[in-house]
Amino acid sequence: MNPTWSRFNITSIVLGFAFLYLPIVLLVVFSFNESKLVTVWGGFSTKWYVSLFHNQGLMDATWVTARVAVISATVATVLGTLAALTLTRYTRFKGRMLFSGMVFAPLVMPEVITGLSLLLLFVAVGLDRGFLTVTLAHITLTMCFVAVVVQSRLMTFDRSLEEAAMDLGAPPVKTFFQITLPVIMPAIVSGWMLAFTLSLDDLVIASFTSGPGATTLPMKIYSQVRLGVTPEINAACTILIAVVAVGVIIASLANKRREVQRQRDEQAAQRG
Amino acid sequence: MKSLGSIRRDFAPWNDPKAKPYIQFDNVTKKFGDFTAVNNLSLTIFEREFFALLGASGCGKSTLLRMLAGFEEPTAGRILLDGQDLRGIPPYRRPVNMMFQSYALFPHMTVENNIAFGLKQDGMPKPEIAARVGEMLKLVKLEQFAKRKPHQLSGGQRQRVALARSVAKRPKVLLLDEPLGALDKKLREETQFELMDLQQSLGLTFVVVTHDQEEAMTMADRIAIIDKGEVMQVATPAEVYEAPGSRFVAGFVGNVNMFEGKIARGDAGAASIDTGNGITIRTENAGNAATGAAVAFAIRPEKIKVSSKKPAGAVNAIEGEVYDIAYLGDMTVYHVRLDGGHVVRASTMNAERITEDPLSWNDRAWVSFRPDAGVVLTR
Repeated sequence: MNPTWSRFNITSIVLGFAFLYLPIVLLVVFSFNESKLVTVWGGFSTKWYVSLFHNQGLMDATWVTARVAVISATVATVLGTLAALTLTRYTRFKGRMLFSGMVFAPLVMPEVITGLSLLLLFVAVGLDRGFLTVTLAHITLTMCFVAVVVQSRLMTFDRSLEEAAMDLGAPPVKTFFQITLPVIMPAIVSGWMLAFTLSLDDLVIASFTSGPGATTLPMKIYSQVRLGVTPEINAACTILIAVVAVGVIIASLANKRREVQRQRDEQAAQRG
Repeated sequence: MKSLGSIRRDFAPWNDPKAKPYIQFDNVTKKFGDFTAVNNLSLTIFEREFFALLGASGCGKSTLLRMLAGFEEPTAGRILLDGQDLRGIPPYRRPVNMMFQSYALFPHMTVENNIAFGLKQDGMPKPEIAARVGEMLKLVKLEQFAKRKPHQLSGGQRQRVALARSVAKRPKVLLLDEPLGALDKKLREETQFELMDLQQSLGLTFVVVTHDQEEAMTMADRIAIIDKGEVMQVATPAEVYEAPGSRFVAGFVGNVNMFEGKIARGDAGAASIDTGNGITIRTENAGNAATGAAVAFAIRPEKIKVSSKKPAGAVNAIEGEVYDIAYLGDMTVYHVRLDGGHVVRASTMNAERITEDPLSWNDRAWVSFRPDAGVVLTR
């Protein structure tokens, strides 16, 4: 590899990162703007963060979003894990191809269609739109993502671990909870986090399936932006970015540390 | 007293008609779809026996083990353990434990908890579990590794944890699936003897699956040679080597020289075999093969002598030319092309540092062997 910073390399990296991060940087910078005008810099201030916490509408929306995300991610993780188990374990049942296709179709389904069809369903069964319907819709949306993550882990799972547990006297259910579940837990956790994030930032499906009193944060931000962008929204978004970034950094640091520790252990074991 | 091979052991319940079989495979067939993995196979294994299932990969030996453990059910036939039919009994209720080829150690548990897992399933009281785990750790010399996780152990240590875990419950039968397959050669040889000692001291019945004939020969009381889901021969290592029952077994275990021919003259076991290209072999081991029967004469390389002059008084002496020599240190392997066209492999122990009768490539040489040195195979 060429270690020197050629002009071409520098240009590519600047262009690439500018594309990725310029909008976000602008948003963060203007959240600290003194002026009420979004595009005019009026000096540094944190007053929009203070007023954000006094904006009851935004705070309510945040609370709704958090609850929807936690509940739907949890239910989707259970269902997605079960689907993944079935798809990897019972490989010879009739219609497996169809079933797996149907589980994964929502991955590529346009969200507008998912949202619309869910709306039609809720209207048809007479379910009042609100907290429950958004949560159900988000379970539908995120379940398949969990299934994909967990299934890829199960593909490399050594079945002889389960056989060994049963051989040593553990019935199937006990084997599942004492052996299978702990071993695939990291995949389940990342599935949950993926589902949580997806639910957190979904606008399209929420707009279709939500009702009065259950406005999610993305919906709230979107509707406020249509009335004009306020620096308050910038502040809300900056906090969201910070939360996500901290989460990602912690997760990758923990991962890295575990990997390093593991390598050190293995080398130590090799030396005897 | 004469004996087949070099060893005699007192333990031989298979020769005792009153001995009760411990494990019985009774006309067992196992099919996976159209593929027949085990074909109408019957076997008996005795208590405290070290029994080896030997065969090439895909011969059905692992399927036999998995049926005994309860992971597969026979398509037909039955398996008895200590008189009890095992059909329908799930793996977690069978009094057998298995050591897996991949070891299958639980990665999220310490060595201690791996070994204790089976004991906990039985609801053994905690102090007893701790005592048993300590005993097992001592047995496999891993006391100082009790708190480690499997990935913090070397391959040999993992193998010993797997062993300790599978014997911790004192099963009636221990099943071992290629127990030494993942170890390097030196460690494997040491571990073979450790396994034999363990089996002796615990007094368990061991059933081991292996594709390594040396491993089976070293450890087992008896070996079943399996091919295409069928038993070719069940016998002690010495019998398998010195008295193979068929051409397949003779060729599968160890090196062998095979001469195809017809029985020319048979009286009371002694016979001549005419191989049809000027070579006539005299043997005392023709059994009851009829005159004119097509047979194979099989003789092991170390039972053939190579010399530059025709040995005086030899019953079987055939002339040829040295074609290849491999010097291996402890022994030398000669390939001699007989005048009839056969290439014969002969090996000589280098018991002396100085050879009186050195042979070289392309030298004329005589191969000779005693009339009781080979066996006549009809199958």
